[in-house]
Amino acid sequence: MSSTAQAMLALARRDLKAALRRWGELGLPLMFFVIVVTLFPLGLAPERDLLGSIGPGVLWVAALLASLLALEGLFRSDMEDGSMEQLILSPQPLVLLALVKALTHWVLTGLPLVVLTPLVAQAFYLPANATWILMLALLLATPTLSLIGALAAALTASLRRGAGILGILVLPLALPLLVFGARATDLAVQGQSAAGPLYLLAALLALAMTLAPLAIAAALRISVD
Amino acid sequence: MLEISDLAVARGNRALLEGFTLRLAPGDLALITGPNGAGKTSLLRVVAGLSQPAAGVVRWQARALLPGDPEYSQTRIYLGHQAGLQADLSVMENLRFLIELQNSEFRCEELAVCLGDLGLAGAEHVAVRALSAGQRRRVALARLQLTQASLWLLDEPLTNLDADGQALIAAWLGAHLRAGGIAMIASHAPLASSAPGRCVQVELGT
Amino acid sequence: MWIWFHKLGSPPHFYRTAGRLVPWFGIPALLLLIAGAVGGLAIAPPDYQQGDGFRIIYVHVPSAYIAMFGYVAMAVAAAVGLIWRMKLAFAFAAACAPVGAAFTFLALATGSIWGKPMWGVWWDWDGRMTSVLVLFFLYVGVMALRSAFDDASKGDRAAALLAIVGVVNIPIIKFSVDWWNTLHQPATIAKFSTPSITMDMLVWLLAMVVGYTLFFAAVVTMRLRGEVLLRERGARWIRELAAHA
Repeated sequence: MSSTAQAMLALARRDLKAALRRWGELGLPLMFFVIVVTLFPLGLAPERDLLGSIGPGVLWVAALLASLLALEGLFRSDMEDGSMEQLILSPQPLVLLALVKALTHWVLTGLPLVVLTPLVAQAFYLPANATWILMLALLLATPTLSLIGALAAALTASLRRGAGILGILVLPLALPLLVFGARATDLAVQGQSAAGPLYLLAALLALAMTLAPLAIAAALRISVD
Repeated sequence: MLEISDLAVARGNRALLEGFTLRLAPGDLALITGPNGAGKTSLLRVVAGLSQPAAGVVRWQARALLPGDPEYSQTRIYLGHQAGLQADLSVMENLRFLIELQNSEFRCEELAVCLGDLGLAGAEHVAVRALSAGQRRRVALARLQLTQASLWLLDEPLTNLDADGQALIAAWLGAHLRAGGIAMIASHAPLASSAPGRCVQVELGT
Repeated sequence: MWIWFHKLGSPPHFYRTAGRLVPWFGIPALLLLIAGAVGGLAIAPPDYQQGDGFRIIYVHVPSAYIAMFGYVAMAVAAAVGLIWRMKLAFAFAAACAPVGAAFTFLALATGSIWGKPMWGVWWDWDGRMTSVLVLFFLYVGVMALRSAFDDASKGDRAAALLAIVGVVNIPIIKFSVDWWNTLHQPATIAKFSTPSITMDMLVWLLAMVVGYTLFFAAVVTMRLRGEVLLRERGARWIRELAAHA
């Protein structure tokens, strides 16, 4: 195994370990997701037709906001204890380390969200096949969201009050994910093929995987300077 | 061989250093002193490659440095004000990660010996959160022994260390210089080195 | 070329040159804007479907164009600043952002005013309007990020990176919004099909577009001089300038 791959694995292992030791924080975005989703039927009316038609959109907006919640801490501890300096100074390509950090973040926040979705989807009476499509769409969209979010988190990492700006930066960039994701779910609810928007989500993921780490690495260098 | 020529360092709108030139050959030690705000940390960060200079070049082995140069990254070690240790992980987890990141090989026995020297024998599995500031500093300094870096860039390495710790670091530094290493150290306190090489005193902010 | 480039990059020289340039942009801009406004509001014939309501295009179209032009100009300057570490390019990007954002807002406001008689509502989730709204958010993000940093040079670089990321994303966002819009096209959208514009309408519109561009150039140049003064504060040439003034 090459030393770069070894270092990338070591970084993933370290981040996962550190996150699991603070597992209380991990659950918060998920709880937020569940609570936001349950607020909608309470705020509207528990009518099946209404909930069925707004469900896909609500689930996507809630997922977007929940993942925003977890972003702030992505580089915070590394910045505070000086690990970020060591990551930047290491002989490993920072672009790959940035990719590892974003994907580890996805494993800790995006993936649980995907797993939780079938439960939450029941609140909106989503049919079973639509739930599968929703999960698939989230599986494709949440890593992209983690990458976009990691970029915004890297840009704001050295700011003391970065959280407010984070939302302003992430949400416009995440708009295509919302459009395609909600559309895929909508099509599935209507019993049509959702392949089109799913392909588009996959394309966005491929694009984000290649370009976002470059931008994240550049942003981290700026933040640490 | 580390060559710094005509370096200008600015922080925000304020110029800290201008026309700074320094050459360090194997075995040389540069001791950077000066009042707070004189630019000691900024200078070290530029030499380390964390910040960009406003002007001038830093050369390592006659090659001008670019950000993220992998060869240079492997041969220099930078210890800043922050230890670079994650509070939730243990001493061993932290050091192992930092050493693997540096492409060096991690050996448990070596770590045990090093921690013993540092007065932290048996502390491998203690979470860094539970250590005192001086102990954390010692753990961070352990990297000097556990990696094969030939250029040490240390920013106030003696902070929080007691007399024993300071003596130990001075001894390590002496061995490093005798073995042909180079060190650049920002420090308030005088660092007595027993090494035979040149010791350049750089006083900033005068 | 390089000497010229370098000389222009020196703040005092740039400050003087830019000061001389402002009237060269400003006076033609003023003339064209007056001509366009008079021509568009009084001389051009009313639209056979929309009557006089269409005349808002003489404000709306050039604003929307400057909104996009301004963002691209900002992103190009940001890229130049990041690549060649040119301080003046960062100052230019900083000078562009609020002007571009103001025109984006103007495009949204005039679009909305136009929408009221045409669509019957102030806001319609029309594809173009929605992407201009997102463009406005991107401008706000860039400005907010720059101002959040205490260290101006870090703020400049972070905002520059974001501006470039935005430029990569704008086509994707535009595509997704158009795609979304064609699926959700409301039935009651517009009373008119795409209006084909006649020559006697177009002339004044072109005058307005060129006038807006020159006006943008004049305002950005003036703001850029201000930025240069702000960033170079404390430099000797500024003290001399103040002493002579």
